[in-house]
Amino acid sequence: MKAALATALFLVGAGAAHAEDSPQYHAADAPVPGAVTHLGNIMPVMMDQSSWFHGILEQAEGRYAPSGTDFRWDGEVWYGTDYDRLWIKSEGTLEKGRLSDGQQDILYSRAISTYWNLQGGVRVDLDDGPTRTWGAFGIQGLALYQFEFQATGYVSDRGRFGARVEGSYDFLLTNRLILQPQAEFNLYTKSDPSRLAGAGLSDVDAGLRLRYELWRKFAPYVGVTYSGHLTQARRIARDQGEKPGSVRFSLGIRSWF
Amino acid sequence: MVRALYGFPAPFPGFQHMHSFSSHARGLTRRRFVTSLGAGACLIALPQQAKAEGHASSGCLPAMPSNTWDLKVSRTHVSLDGKSMHAPSIGGTVPGPILRWKQGETVTLNVRNTLDETTSIHWHGIRVPSEMDGVPGLSFAGIPPGETFTYRFRLHQSGTYWYHSHSNMQEAMGLYGAIVIDPIRPDPNACDRDYVVFLGEWTDVMPHDIVSNLKMQDDYYVFRQRTAASFPKEAREAGSAMAALKNRLAWSRMNMAATDIADVSGAIYTYTLNGHAPDMNWNGLFRPGERVRLRFINGATMTLFDVRIPGLEMLVVQADGNDVEPVPVDEFRIGVAETYDVIVQPKEDRAYTIFAQSEDRTGFARGTLAPRAGMSGLIPPMDPRPVRTMVDMGMGDMKPGESMDHMSMSGMDMKGMDMGHMGHMAMPKMEVDDPGPPPLNVENQNVAMMPMDRTGSPGDGLENNGRRVLNYKQLRATRPGADPRPPSREIILHLTGNMERYIWGFNGRKFSESGPIKLKKGERVRFTLINDTMMEHPIHLHGLWSELENGQGDYRPYKHTIVSQPGSRMSYLVTADVPGMWAYHCHLLYHMDLGMFRTVLVS
Repeated sequence: MKAALATALFLVGAGAAHAEDSPQYHAADAPVPGAVTHLGNIMPVMMDQSSWFHGILEQAEGRYAPSGTDFRWDGEVWYGTDYDRLWIKSEGTLEKGRLSDGQQDILYSRAISTYWNLQGGVRVDLDDGPTRTWGAFGIQGLALYQFEFQATGYVSDRGRFGARVEGSYDFLLTNRLILQPQAEFNLYTKSDPSRLAGAGLSDVDAGLRLRYELWRKFAPYVGVTYSGHLTQARRIARDQGEKPGSVRFSLGIRSWF
Repeated sequence: MVRALYGFPAPFPGFQHMHSFSSHARGLTRRRFVTSLGAGACLIALPQQAKAEGHASSGCLPAMPSNTWDLKVSRTHVSLDGKSMHAPSIGGTVPGPILRWKQGETVTLNVRNTLDETTSIHWHGIRVPSEMDGVPGLSFAGIPPGETFTYRFRLHQSGTYWYHSHSNMQEAMGLYGAIVIDPIRPDPNACDRDYVVFLGEWTDVMPHDIVSNLKMQDDYYVFRQRTAASFPKEAREAGSAMAALKNRLAWSRMNMAATDIADVSGAIYTYTLNGHAPDMNWNGLFRPGERVRLRFINGATMTLFDVRIPGLEMLVVQADGNDVEPVPVDEFRIGVAETYDVIVQPKEDRAYTIFAQSEDRTGFARGTLAPRAGMSGLIPPMDPRPVRTMVDMGMGDMKPGESMDHMSMSGMDMKGMDMGHMGHMAMPKMEVDDPGPPPLNVENQNVAMMPMDRTGSPGDGLENNGRRVLNYKQLRATRPGADPRPPSREIILHLTGNMERYIWGFNGRKFSESGPIKLKKGERVRFTLINDTMMEHPIHLHGLWSELENGQGDYRPYKHTIVSQPGSRMSYLVTADVPGMWAYHCHLLYHMDLGMFRTVLVS
C-alpha cells in the first residue's frame, strides 16, 4: 500500500515537473506546404501515395447436409490509399436454389488509428427475400491480441435499427496450417418476418475452419459451421416451417488477390 | 539470340563489344582490359555456369581507372535460380560493370537510357554537386527514354562505393553496380588480390507486387512465425511453458510479432554474390599466403547480411569508403547500402567459403576463395533466426510482462543515462529540433520508451554467438575529422512505422505529409535517430558525410549509411557543406518508397 502511494506521488511529482519544463517540441521535418519545388514535378518517392486494390473471399464453401448442400460466401474488396478506401462487402447463402442472408455493403472507409478504420455507407439486403436498404456506420480493425473485428450499426429506410458484429482469430498450428474460429451476429430492433429477422439477437453464423495455405493467397479448408436463428427469430422461423438452425460440415477455399 | 527473342532495342551505333560500356580515356577496350588482367590483380577463371547471360560479375576490378564511361541502361533477360526477369540493367549484366576511378580526377559518365521509362543513376556515397546526385525530383528531372545524360564531377575521395538507379524501383530489379576509387596517395590497404564482393537478392516478383502483398498482409513472406508446433521448443528455451506463453501474449497484445526480422525473405529471394546464386559458386582465386582484399557492398533491396569466412580472420580496414583502424573480426553485419573492405590472408591450399546469411536466416549468399578455379569449401549451417526482444521494442532491459511501475522507474535511470551522455560535450546552448515522442496513430505503431545506445551491439542474432563480431563502436577513422566544430544544432528524428498497414516514416509521418529538413550552408548539425520500430533501418544521407558518434572522439568514422538498430538511440554529425536538395532515407527500398524518406535542403 505504502509502496503504491509512493509510486503514485512520484508519478504525480514527475508529471508536475514535466509540466513545468513544458518542452517546446518542434519537428525539423514539420510539414511546410510548397517548401520544396520538385524538379520536373517528380516526387522522389511515389508509393507512399499509391492506391491499392485487394479482395478476399474469406468463405466460399459448401455446407453439407443429407437434405442438400448449401453454398455460402463471405468476402470483401477494397480500393484506395492508406487513409481513404472504398469497401464492398458481400455475403449470402444459396440453399435449394434460393438465396438468403444476402447482405451487400458499399462503404467509405477512413483510417482513424493504428489498427482501426471508420466505415460508413449503404447496405442492401439483396436476395430472394424482400429487399431492404440500410444506412451503415461502423468500425473495422484489429483488436488487441490480433483479433479481427467488425461492428456495424444500421438504420433502415423504414426507421428501424440493426447491427452486425463479426470477429475472427487465426491460430497458427504451423506456418501454413491455420485454425480459425469465426462468428457473425445480427441484431435488430424490430422483427421482419418476411426476412426471418427477429427483434433482439436475430441470427448467428459461426464456424471453426482449418485451412492450409498452399500459398498465401489460396487455402483450401475444412470446417464445422453453425447457422441459426436466435430468440424471437427462432420462433418466426419455426412458424414458417424453416429449420431454426443447423450444424454443418463444410468444405471451402479461402482466397484473395 | 536471347536479345532478339526478347525484343531488345538494337545496340546503339558504335556498340562493338559484348558489354555496352567502354572506357575511352586510355583507349582501353573491354577486350583489351580483359586480356590485360593477368597483371596480378585478379586471375580468375569463371566456373562454366557463371557465364550464363545476364548475371556474371567476376568481382575483378578493371585493370586501370578510367575517367570517361559510356553506360547504357537497357532491359536484359536475366534468369537466375529458375527466376527470370526482364531486368533494367547497365551493360546487360546484374550487377553492372565495376567502375574504377581515380581520386582527384574528373569523371564523365554518359548514361544513355534505352528503357521505355525514365531512369537515373545515383552515385552512392560520392560527394558530388547536387545536380549530379541522380535523384529525380531533387537533383534533376531524371533521364527520359532515349536520352543521354552526362554526369561530370571531380572525385575528392577514394574507396569502395556503388551506384544504383533512383527511379521507379529499378534498383530492386537489378540496376546497380560497384565503384572503386583509387587513392592518390599509396593505398595502405593495397593487396596482392583485390575483389569486389557485391551482395544482393534476386527474385522474379515485381517490386510493386511485393509491396501490394505486404499492404494486404504484412507477414506475407514470413514463414518462421511462432506456432503451436514451435511452442514446446520455446517453452524449453524460456524455462517453462508459462514463461513462453507470457512472452507470446505480450507480443500478441501489442499486435506485433517477435519473429518479424525481415519483411521480404528467402521465400522469394535468391541471395546473390557478384550476381551468382549460391550453387553457381563465385570463385575468387588466391595463392596461399597472399593478402586478399574483399570489398563487400550490400546492394540488396531489403536484406541485411551477416558475413563470415569460416577459417579466416577478416581485418576490417574500410567502412563506407573511408579507411578505419584495422579491426580483426570473425563476422560482421552489413546493412543495406553499407560497404566494408576486409583483408584476409588464406595460408592453406584449400577452399574457403564466403558465407553471407540473411539476417532472418531464410537463405544465404555464398562464394569461394579458392587456390584453383571451381573449388568448393564446406558450407556451414545457418544460425538460428533471431527473435526480437523488449530491447527492440525500446523497452530497455524490461522483461515481457513486467509492470508499468518498473518501467517508469527504469525510465528515470534512462534519463540519468542520457544526461551523462549529453554531459560530456559541455557545450554552449544548442538549438534542438525535438519532435517529442511520436504519436501512436495510423502511421505509427510503437513508441520506444527507453531507447538504448546499441552502437556496441553487433545486432540482433549476433550477440554472444561465440565469434568476434564487428560493432559500430570499433570503427575508428585513421585520421581525425575534417570539421572540428561542435554542432550548433541537434535534429532529433524518430524512425516510425506501422507494420500492420505497412506504412513507414519519420516522426509518425510519411514523406508526402512532411516538409524538408532545412540546413544552412556550412552549418554543423547533430542528427539523433531514435528507432521506435522493431526493425533495423539503414539510414542514408545523400551528398554529405554522416560522422558517427561512437565514442571515438575526433576519430569518429565517416559513413554514408548508418544502421539504426531497433529500440536504439544514436547520433552523428553532419557538415552541410554542399548546397542543394538531398535525399535522406531508409535504404530498405520498400520502407523508403512507403514514406521513410525526407528531403534535406541545404541553402
